[in-house]
Amino acid sequence: MAVLTFPGGVHPPERKTLSEKAKLELMPLPGKAYVFVHQNLGNPPKLTVKEGDRVKTGQKIADPGGKVSVPLHSPVTGEVVEITKMFHPAQNKKVEAVIIESSDEEERDFMSEMDFTTASREELYQRIQDAGIVGMGGASFPTHVKYTSSLVKPADLVILNGAECEPYLTIDHRLMLERGEQVLNGLRILMKVSGAKKGIIGIENNKPDAIKSMTEIASHDDNVDVVSVKTKYPQGAEKQLIYTTTGRKVPVGGLPIDIGVIMNNIGTAIAVCEAVQNGEPTIKRGVTVTGEGIRTPKNVIARIGTPIKELVEYCGGYKGVPQKIVAGGPMTGPALKTTETPVMKATSGVLVLPEPEKAPNPPKPCINCNQCVTVCPMALEPNFLVKLCEAKQYDEAVDLNLLSCIECGACAYICPSRIEHIKTFQLAKKVYKALKGRK
Amino acid sequence: MAQVFSSTAAPHIRTNDSVRKIMIDVLIALAPAVIVSIYVFGWKALFMSLLGVVSAGALELFIMKVLRKKKDFVPDGSAAVTGLLLALNVSVGLPWYLLLIGVLVAIGLGKHVYGGLGANPFNPALVGRVFLVMSFPTAMTVWPKAGAWRVSDTLVTAATPMNILKADGLEAATSSFSLADMFLGNTSGCMGEVSALALLIGFAYLLFRKHVSWHIPASYFGTVLVISSIFFLINPEQYGTPMMHLFGGGLMIGALFMATDMVTSPSTVKGSLIFGTGCGLITMLIRYAGALPEGVQYSILIMNAFKPLIDKWTRRRPFGAEKKGARA
Repeated sequence: MAVLTFPGGVHPPERKTLSEKAKLELMPLPGKAYVFVHQNLGNPPKLTVKEGDRVKTGQKIADPGGKVSVPLHSPVTGEVVEITKMFHPAQNKKVEAVIIESSDEEERDFMSEMDFTTASREELYQRIQDAGIVGMGGASFPTHVKYTSSLVKPADLVILNGAECEPYLTIDHRLMLERGEQVLNGLRILMKVSGAKKGIIGIENNKPDAIKSMTEIASHDDNVDVVSVKTKYPQGAEKQLIYTTTGRKVPVGGLPIDIGVIMNNIGTAIAVCEAVQNGEPTIKRGVTVTGEGIRTPKNVIARIGTPIKELVEYCGGYKGVPQKIVAGGPMTGPALKTTETPVMKATSGVLVLPEPEKAPNPPKPCINCNQCVTVCPMALEPNFLVKLCEAKQYDEAVDLNLLSCIECGACAYICPSRIEHIKTFQLAKKVYKALKGRK
Repeated sequence: MAQVFSSTAAPHIRTNDSVRKIMIDVLIALAPAVIVSIYVFGWKALFMSLLGVVSAGALELFIMKVLRKKKDFVPDGSAAVTGLLLALNVSVGLPWYLLLIGVLVAIGLGKHVYGGLGANPFNPALVGRVFLVMSFPTAMTVWPKAGAWRVSDTLVTAATPMNILKADGLEAATSSFSLADMFLGNTSGCMGEVSALALLIGFAYLLFRKHVSWHIPASYFGTVLVISSIFFLINPEQYGTPMMHLFGGGLMIGALFMATDMVTSPSTVKGSLIFGTGCGLITMLIRYAGALPEGVQYSILIMNAFKPLIDKWTRRRPFGAEKKGARA
């Protein structure tokens, strides 16, 4: 049988051997946890604590700020020492953060434990929101929102995204190997909430051990299939993996639910499982600490709010001179200015890239080589889009489907002229939306 | 103060590909044609090729550094490709200083007046060649006989296959050159165009390196073959055989190396097929009905002019769009 895949895409070097054999390790608690208030897409939560308050691990410290929002929980036990503004790498500005100094004794304030087989769909849905769960793959979209419309009109399929197509990252790989039962139970809960009869776990075929172990774990559930997919970037992009595993295409401007599908990340499924079975809100997450610039690459479970410098120290510090610290994978993750930046709900990795051996090629004009057109998984024409965006012809760029761009970075990766497609597109989208909002 | 790291935009990893590497690969791909031209036309072919490469490179460096004041300009090899292509597209009999004039026009008027690399609407080497053909029609049509340089020092000329076909018909052409001569390069003509084999080997290398796609040459050749077959059936004596049209004249170097110029050809697969077909139609129109024996250079320049329009006609349908007109 042919290997399942999608049209377009690139094959960057995988570099997963650095950390794929490293077993999950629990990080020690941070002395101080730095917790950004706004860690989800949508509305920011509203803080309910003030400086000087004592908080317990798992205690709610902020209420959701609307329907597309989630509450926030304290990742440690201790005292709120400061409510301040810190630089957020993805939002690229200073935003509200809570600093909690942790005490030696940890006390837990979790929610009640639930049995998902007896709980109702609505109860499970509510729990997912109450636990503050957002997409753990990096998008940080509130998970419950994906299921809102399925409460009225059931979905027919839930897909777990175990592709982990970003180079270097291995956290989902390790989670599937070591926490496979939780992954499966998370999927079952999500299927129950969505009303879907069927579940699929899509895994790239560069992780045969994960495919084997997940297949064994899922073998006693007839409704769950483990599907091996081709190793190609961006296989783990939502629209691409849905197409690869089902042959269905999400319509332009539409959502997966429009074609009956909901997709979640492996880490998200584990968070859902823990929220339901243990009553544990999102206070920790798995992070791959890797790259040629780190001494001992590892896969760790860290509390939200742990400064990234503590993860670097835990992994033996730098090897050589670090040039870039990336939060997430090398294709889409934002580069961090400092390692004071804390782990967030969306931080799937910490990638330390050393100083390159030789200076990179300087940017050149586009020679219309069409590599970007060939690799674009959304079948766009990045070469023309860049020119339109640079000329500030935003309406024309939108006519050429700028808004369909998923910002995977395949075009910029392949470009022989080193053109900054994604940076240009992100800015153009922002300006276009701002201009449209004014009209 | 904590250490501040580089925070440039994602993606943080890139391929090692570069414009310069692509251009060097094109130069490598043209090497077989240069070698055959030396064998067929003598050491002057090597001199002319090197002159084209060096003068074009030097001129671009001067234009960028001195006239356009781009201090950080690093040569990318694109001018060298233009210079070599121009040299390969003239007769070895052309005086060397006229090649220099051609290079001046190609790099100056064909490329930098539009803004340089990536901004030129027409293939620069062909702009240079057309200028030479129009300004120095006699010098551009001195065709030394293939292999004659090895026999004697005196200049022996011979008509090109396309000339004979146009002037004297099929029988004269086939009695002068066998198909094998035309395939291997044992005919008179421009330095780089004579050997179909050398050009095909070079193109295969570019295909292997994934710098080109086969769509433009295939549709170009296909159109030429279809039209020449039809006319061959109507009147073989007047119109010549399809194989003569395929291997004769500048079709091989034009279709494989000039029409496929990235900057001046369309982006999409559909656009490439339209582009190649258009080149084939115009080439055959000129060969059959025009005053000139050969139409490859004009066909490519004319289709270059259509590139922006073809790009508009052949916009891609984004992933997940409805069959027709569903643009978000």
